[in-house]
Amino acid sequence: MTAEPLTEPTAGPLQATSPTFVGMPKFPYAARTALGNTQQRRNLAHATGVIRAKRAKVVAEIDRWEELRQAGADAKDELLGHMAAYLEQLETNLTKGGATVHWARDAAEANRIVVDLVKGTGATEVVKVKSMATQEIELNEALEAEGINAWETDLAELIVQFGHDRPSHILVPAIHRNRSEIREIFRKEMGLVGRPAPDDLTDEPKRLAEAARLHLREKFMRATVAISGANFAVAETGSLVVVESEGNGRMCLTLPDTLISVVGIEKVLPTWQDLGTFMQLLPRSSTGERMNPYTSIWSGVHEGDGPQNVHVVLIDNGRTHVLADPVGREALRCIRCSACLNTCPVYERTGGHAYGSVYPGPIGAILNPQLRGTASDVDKSLPFASTLCGACFEACPMRIDIPKLLVHLRAKVVDAKGRNTVEGRAMAAGAWAFGDAKRLARLQKASTLGGKILGNRQLPALPGAIGQWLSIRDIPELPAQTFRQWWADRERKGGAS
Amino acid sequence: MSAKAEILARVRAAVTDLTAPLGARGETPWVDQAAASPAETIELFVENVIDYKAQVVRVGPDGVGGAIRDALTAYGASSVVVPSGLDPAWVSALGDGVRIVADEGLGSLDLDAIDSVITASAVSIATTGTIVLDHGPDQGRRALSLVPDVHVCVVHASQVVHDVPEAVFRLHPQEGMPRPLTWISGPSATSDIELDRVEGVHGPRTLHVILIEA
Ligand code: SF4
Repeated sequence: MTAEPLTEPTAGPLQATSPTFVGMPKFPYAARTALGNTQQRRNLAHATGVIRAKRAKVVAEIDRWEELRQAGADAKDELLGHMAAYLEQLETNLTKGGATVHWARDAAEANRIVVDLVKGTGATEVVKVKSMATQEIELNEALEAEGINAWETDLAELIVQFGHDRPSHILVPAIHRNRSEIREIFRKEMGLVGRPAPDDLTDEPKRLAEAARLHLREKFMRATVAISGANFAVAETGSLVVVESEGNGRMCLTLPDTLISVVGIEKVLPTWQDLGTFMQLLPRSSTGERMNPYTSIWSGVHEGDGPQNVHVVLIDNGRTHVLADPVGREALRCIRCSACLNTCPVYERTGGHAYGSVYPGPIGAILNPQLRGTASDVDKSLPFASTLCGACFEACPMRIDIPKLLVHLRAKVVDAKGRNTVEGRAMAAGAWAFGDAKRLARLQKASTLGGKILGNRQLPALPGAIGQWLSIRDIPELPAQTFRQWWADRERKGGAS
Repeated sequence: MSAKAEILARVRAAVTDLTAPLGARGETPWVDQAAASPAETIELFVENVIDYKAQVVRVGPDGVGGAIRDALTAYGASSVVVPSGLDPAWVSALGDGVRIVADEGLGSLDLDAIDSVITASAVSIATTGTIVLDHGPDQGRRALSLVPDVHVCVVHASQVVHDVPEAVFRLHPQEGMPRPLTWISGPSATSDIELDRVEGVHGPRTLHVILIEA
């Protein structure tokens, strides 16, 4: 490779903000609403606590965990530095395997491609495997606008779809619903679109899962088109990987004639052997299992086995904007395991909906403002939706330094407003403090940072800042304990507060 | 400009500050746990498969047929689909009570009407209790081991590796004819309702593993 003279990177365009999110209140207000919902808080605290404990146990089984994390981060950094080369290699190998590759600059283009492909088959319905990329581009809405029914087949996604709401957690999207709500939703909705729920349906999880099995089986058997995402796309071999638990993924990836996979350009792994790293990191970080029940890997079309009409849509949709930020680009290493959500005290209390995006929690707080920019109130406030306690970084299998990125983004938000404001001065001080964990701990011990630098009277001027965030928590404004001390204590005692 | 050309141009423009050449990280890292001994690898595999609530039966090379017969009887399976390349000795002990169906162009609904399936496997992983099918002739196409409700899966001890990187290495797709892979770790499961684990959703609700030891 010839050494080219270094230049400032140029950013690709931002993701167009969906009308769904334009009306979102900024984080503190959405969070305040969520905090009032005790059912959701209880469910979330329980869920994050359980998954956190399971994760800790299976991570502790691997004595070389830190080496694995480093290997994962290195693989993604190799990709990010040479994405063009790896994307071309991926396309070449997918094509060799019999798949057709499409490229989409943004959500609208991706949706158009998928809608046209589905229409081309004559199908009026599709079955879907849970995929964050298709949620991000709001594909279901685009399909429905063209008269195509999109059936979610992951149990939680089915609950969300039938409940006409939005996912609240990456891994367990319906965690804000309890069993009796789910029973009601199934009884009301299943019959409208297919096999109804049995008359004697109880709220036992086993019975509810059985009802979903029977309802969806009918759809799997007759569907001719499936739509998926991919957890990984291996450039070296042109292989796509879907990691799942229930078997709905296998059904979708195997039974229909046509398979369309929507894949973000950052999902690529350079080599096949990288799966040796990622198939250890992802299941243990995500569900806290040694391995998830099912993983499907396919490389284009396999003669006489599974879909014979295979398409892959590679999407940018703001990713090249993130890639151009030398500090922020490491967010693209994310494998959507949700470990950072489960460890985040802010997320545990506010829930996923407050983030106004399909990407909630700490990863959402750094990814959304980078993908979409900080024009909207919610995106402006997201970098402040954190106490910078550092738990997310410790948990992240990709070693994404989320606290560092949050500080970086806070500075950007403030820069956009001008440094010579109260916020600007506060942020400059904040960046100095956050730049060094010890310094921060010292400062926090003296008082909360927000209180110290600004004084209560100026707090509301800071967009979603610590002080403002503190003010919506149901504890006195300036706690006797700093957040870090409180969180460390709580972890020591084990379990939810 | 085509979408492809534009995206690739954006990608290149976004990283002009980076200098490391392509492949600078060298060989793909291989991080795994060491096996104490082959025997312990097998014990760990069995332990982890059982931990997923799958059944494991250990037999000698001549015991497969009998173990398969016992399993199908225990689950009350009256029909079984077999891949074309399955060892005929494995089904030789099945009595008249079980209808043996060859996979000759069966549709999804045909498969849905069959109680069980028998397959061999490609590679298994001890640290995770995972069985990998590469859907060769003794395993059949993917739908076979997906739609019937009972999956009887035969694993040879020599196919069990200790950790994930070695399995990935053995499964490297062959130039010209890559195989699809299915990694199976226990029966299908969901924890989507209040995090209460329910075994058995869409895939086979019963996974029965027969381990052949020399
Ligand atoms: S940021 Fe890290 S911990 Fe959070 S979802 Fe992504 S990979 Fe997982």
